[in-house]
Amino acid sequence: MHEVKTDSTLSSAWSGGGSPFAMGSKKLGMWLFIVSDTLTFSALLVTYSYSRLTNPDWPRPFPIHPAIIFSTTMTVVLLASSLTMVMAVMAAQRNDRKKAVLWIIATMVGGLLFTGLHLTEWLNMITKEHFTITGNPEGTPLFGAVFFGITGLHMTHVMIGVIYLGIMAIGYGRGKFSAEDVEVNGLYWHFVDLVWMFVFPLIYLMSVKY
Amino acid sequence: MDTHAHTEGSHAGASVGTNLAVWIGLVAITGLEVFLAYMELRPTVMLTVLVALSVVKAGMIMSYFMHLKYEKFSLVLWLVPAMIFCICMMFIFFFPEAFRLLQMRPH
Repeated sequence: MHEVKTDSTLSSAWSGGGSPFAMGSKKLGMWLFIVSDTLTFSALLVTYSYSRLTNPDWPRPFPIHPAIIFSTTMTVVLLASSLTMVMAVMAAQRNDRKKAVLWIIATMVGGLLFTGLHLTEWLNMITKEHFTITGNPEGTPLFGAVFFGITGLHMTHVMIGVIYLGIMAIGYGRGKFSAEDVEVNGLYWHFVDLVWMFVFPLIYLMSVKY
Repeated sequence: MDTHAHTEGSHAGASVGTNLAVWIGLVAITGLEVFLAYMELRPTVMLTVLVALSVVKAGMIMSYFMHLKYEKFSLVLWLVPAMIFCICMMFIFFFPEAFRLLQMRPH
């Protein structure tokens, strides 16, 4: 016969009955993924920083108009989608499924708008300014690999995030997912936003054309 | 659905007003970064300032939007120092080696 654990045993973090960090395994798993992905982006941005500082002929292809205004708009759109995600999580915690789904859809719209703006910028750089992954008309050829590599990896994360949000909107709306699932989804989305907070100043603002 | 995980994992974070204030702060710092980009600072100084401001923004996002401020402090101690340590290791080992290779580059 197993001994029934008392509440005091369960409340002890390391007794085996409770979670050490007082959170579900899905949320903890997402935090671990975020740490590992942070290191991936850190490695890329550290490499970029080195390349940027040691190449005096680093291209500066971003004038205030339209490139910096465009990329600043992208930043504000992504930040706004983070705020709508916060609202979605808050609605889910109140068990207001209808509002939570609407806020998740608003977040998806922000993600899609960001991706659309980003792809427009890429197309402009490739077709009009002749920047490719292997070369460019302005200076160090490495710029293309760095720019398209880092922003491309980030854009991939955004697109995966939009798909994840879509699945969450349908699943949570139908009652298959819990408020914690929406919060885990939110962690991923905020992480995508957080990465852009480093990509935007380091890639764009460090290459402004005066 | 795992009820235990549900009750433990989902909790109230900051209020709407606090989140909105954090968001306005993030937009304001972004504006400051764009302004600084036109100050024509040396690349090393510019990189240092921009990274510092980005770290502040990352801290705001993690604390409020990602609710890290409202989680158990043991989680913060478990995740953040290890992450910072790994990033510091990249700087400590990568840059000296990279600069050593740069010196070997034919001019």
